[in-house]
Amino acid sequence: MSDRAWPDNPPCPPSSVAVCMTNCPTLIVTVGLPARGKTYISKKLTRYLNWIGVPTREFNVGQYRRECVKIYKSFEFFRPDNEEGLEIRRQCASAALNDVRQYLAEGGGQVAVFDATNTTRERRETIIEFAEQNGLKVFFVESVCEDPDVIQENIVQVKLGSPDYTNCNTEEAVEDFMKRIKCYENSYQTLDEVLDRELSYIKIMDVGQRYLVNRVLDHIQSRIVYYLMNIHITPRSIYLCRHGESELNVKGRIGGDSGLTARGKEFAKKLAHFIRAQGISRLKVWTSQMKRTIQTAEALSVPYEQWKVLNEIDAGVCEEMMYEEIQDHYPLEFALRDQDKYRYRYPKGESYEDLVQRLEPVIMELERQENVLVICHQAVMRCLLAYFLDKTAEELPYLKCPLHTVLKLTPVAYGCKVESIGLNVDAVNTHREKPEVRTTTR
Amino acid sequence: MQIAYLFVCLLECSRTRPAEGAVEDGKVEEKKRNHPGSFVDDSPCQDKKCFELTLAQRGRSQAPLGSHIWERMKPTEMTQDGGGVPVGKRLRFQRPYASVPQFTNSPTMIVMVGLPARGKTYISKKLTRYLNWIGVTTKVFNVGQYRRDATRAYNSFEFFKPDNAEAMKIRKACAIAALKDVWEYFTSEQGQVVVFDATNTTPQRRELILSFAKENSYKVFFVESICDDPEIIAENIKQVKLSSPDYIDCDKDEAVADFLKRIECYKLTYVALDDNKDRNLSYIKIFNVGSRYLVNHVQDHIQSRIVYYLMNIHVTPRSIYLCRHGESELNLVGRIGGDSGLSARGAKFASALQTYVRKQSISELKVWTSHMKRTIQTAEALGVAYEQWKALNEIDAGVCEEMSYEEIQENYPEEFALRDQDKYRYRYPKGESYEDLVQRLEPVIMELERQENVLVICHQAVMRCLLAYFLDKSAVELPYLKCPLHTVLKLTPVAYGCKVESVFLNIEAVNTHRDKPENVDVDREPEEALETVPAHI
Repeated sequence: MSDRAWPDNPPCPPSSVAVCMTNCPTLIVTVGLPARGKTYISKKLTRYLNWIGVPTREFNVGQYRRECVKIYKSFEFFRPDNEEGLEIRRQCASAALNDVRQYLAEGGGQVAVFDATNTTRERRETIIEFAEQNGLKVFFVESVCEDPDVIQENIVQVKLGSPDYTNCNTEEAVEDFMKRIKCYENSYQTLDEVLDRELSYIKIMDVGQRYLVNRVLDHIQSRIVYYLMNIHITPRSIYLCRHGESELNVKGRIGGDSGLTARGKEFAKKLAHFIRAQGISRLKVWTSQMKRTIQTAEALSVPYEQWKVLNEIDAGVCEEMMYEEIQDHYPLEFALRDQDKYRYRYPKGESYEDLVQRLEPVIMELERQENVLVICHQAVMRCLLAYFLDKTAEELPYLKCPLHTVLKLTPVAYGCKVESIGLNVDAVNTHREKPEVRTTTR
Repeated sequence: MQIAYLFVCLLECSRTRPAEGAVEDGKVEEKKRNHPGSFVDDSPCQDKKCFELTLAQRGRSQAPLGSHIWERMKPTEMTQDGGGVPVGKRLRFQRPYASVPQFTNSPTMIVMVGLPARGKTYISKKLTRYLNWIGVTTKVFNVGQYRRDATRAYNSFEFFKPDNAEAMKIRKACAIAALKDVWEYFTSEQGQVVVFDATNTTPQRRELILSFAKENSYKVFFVESICDDPEIIAENIKQVKLSSPDYIDCDKDEAVADFLKRIECYKLTYVALDDNKDRNLSYIKIFNVGSRYLVNHVQDHIQSRIVYYLMNIHVTPRSIYLCRHGESELNLVGRIGGDSGLSARGAKFASALQTYVRKQSISELKVWTSHMKRTIQTAEALGVAYEQWKALNEIDAGVCEEMSYEEIQENYPEEFALRDQDKYRYRYPKGESYEDLVQRLEPVIMELERQENVLVICHQAVMRCLLAYFLDKSAVELPYLKCPLHTVLKLTPVAYGCKVESVFLNIEAVNTHRDKPENVDVDREPEEALETVPAHI
């Protein structure tokens, strides 16, 4: 963090940290039969926590098993009477826990997601002991689902493409996988309201129809519960785009609150046609409270909601300046920004890091909603995109979000499919790459 | 990858979308025609009352388009509904499609369920306070109150015996009267949420409420509180029942004995929400004051927020200390905003604060400040760890930052007047409004609810917002709450509210409180505008 001493007062203490989310590291442990969405939840939760600034990593025990066993033959490996198989699986779990310990103790991690079936009380006991030995808080996330349609869909979406089944045809794979699930069913001990009442956990039933939440201990667990209770798997698409080209865009100036140029207005009209052609059912439209996004939305002739938190990043003293002017007036600031664009805060303005915090309710609501079109701004769109595409803080401020282009994001399997649709209206390019030389004496 | 856009076809885009959760398409038209309970009232509003009502609505800020000049709306222009969005929730500058982010599109009834002394009224009042603060108009309807009004004098628990037919009639009539008032509130007062506070312990009573809600297209969310810890129940009875109007002339032990018998009456017919039979209902079950929750079928954003809030509150005794930074250099010269350091007296206050905090000997006190110098310097004097929240920064006065009130009057007389007209919603050009502040402070409130003992060192406008939450002040009162420098407010939750102790730490400071002047017209004289400005250098 750059050391910016205030002119006449002593520098702010270096402990300028936002609210401390966790005091001791947290181990999130998934529980559930195969094909219940544990890995989906693990990956999504990890992505969310990293985006809001909590270093998180997932540890998938199946991955360790694949590395150990190399070639998957059949479900027989998972039979409860297969001693050799059991031993290997135990070792894999231990290896994973070892890596967890290392990540949380030395790797700078704050949360680790231990993704495995963990279906027996015995296995969970082992993990709890491990956590106690290492000063970790444990939070279980159990997914319970009996709906055969959902399970079938899971298998089709993520199991058929798994490395375990690369050489099988679909029917063989499905049949083998069903038998694999059977192997777990007999020894499955779900988290019990009475026996496990001292544990901290959330039980997700029927893909979010119902939740049982027990003993939430701290802020991060509370946030995790809130997040898990807001996500869903109903198919839908999220459309992200910027406002049409604005007057200040053409002048090469940042920020401000100008209206659309003629080309910007043309984009708005084309956007209206595009949206109508997509034939999206019950589309919600969101804009910021700045003229240029509102004018763009107005062309759609549908109800839209204005969110102040979608406003562009506040450039403080640099508002409405051109990059050349910033270089002239604030060369030091300009260089500092290039050194750490994510954390750099404009004097009397905001940083990308601040933006992410301000956009968190938008992300939460996007998770709750189904089809949404978000008309926003360059920095804001970069933050939202980074969340959906799991980009790091280093990559985020340099993501390409050109004017007059719509990004259609469709969740698929464990990630997000992106379609970039240019609406064929010319516009200036507002993207500034990271320069080679970033020293303050350039 | 660029996909060339092809003009394929024009799909009809429906101009009036039915509200989310509305009845099937065929019935939409019928619904819009002033059906009782209909949320969309399309009769033109001719009188000033409609305008005032909407002005008093606690919706989110609007963005005046084209400039930051406050809009002066004619009442009749505000009622053309283009998008099925409730009149009061739209933005005030003539854009029929524009609205604030919608928490919910239908009125919602939160229905409490549980035996007596399970915290239903505590939860009802707290939830209502929170929802109103974040801008969702909410009201509690306590059926016990209706019963007290109907029966005049409470005799004994016998009234509540399940075989007391006459009493049963009265109790049912009270519930129905309350439901009628709920309808009235949703229809005429444009309320968004109602908390129906009663035991509602039988499936029949809950069916009655569900039918009523279905008839009127209200959403229903149940909140059931289940507790079998006798200590908690005894504490409840002590804190809120003994002082109830029902037991005014009783001695303590009599009251407790009678109340316990009252609970027994309800237990006979109590049927909790059932995981199977009630699987299509939306509800949260709270077990033993929050150690466990069961959440079923959350329908929309507001229900999700309610669940999140209920899962974060607790009843562990604690105190919250609110104070401002010590007097700053800019305070001394009567300038607002900025990021100056402490004056000499401000530094003295910081030491006095340290003495005060130490004397209070608070266990595990958390200290929070903003990111601005003056709060940080104040916290530094305490010599303990503290956390900095950007969300606690003072209200951004935009173009008026670091100006004195006299300068604002000179440079922006119209803005100054508009601010006096509606201080809560007024947004400084390129700055913020109190309404924006509340939204920005919501995570702070949520975290304050989770925490125990906390000292928050913040700023005047910020402290007003936080105080308004704890003391249930309206949007009209909020911007004029008195939060003087060098004074600590100690808030301790007690019974259904909050006890406030104001502790002035005996270090002189300027007064920064500006009352609402008499004349708030844009064409007032400068002297009239400046008559309430406090003295400064």
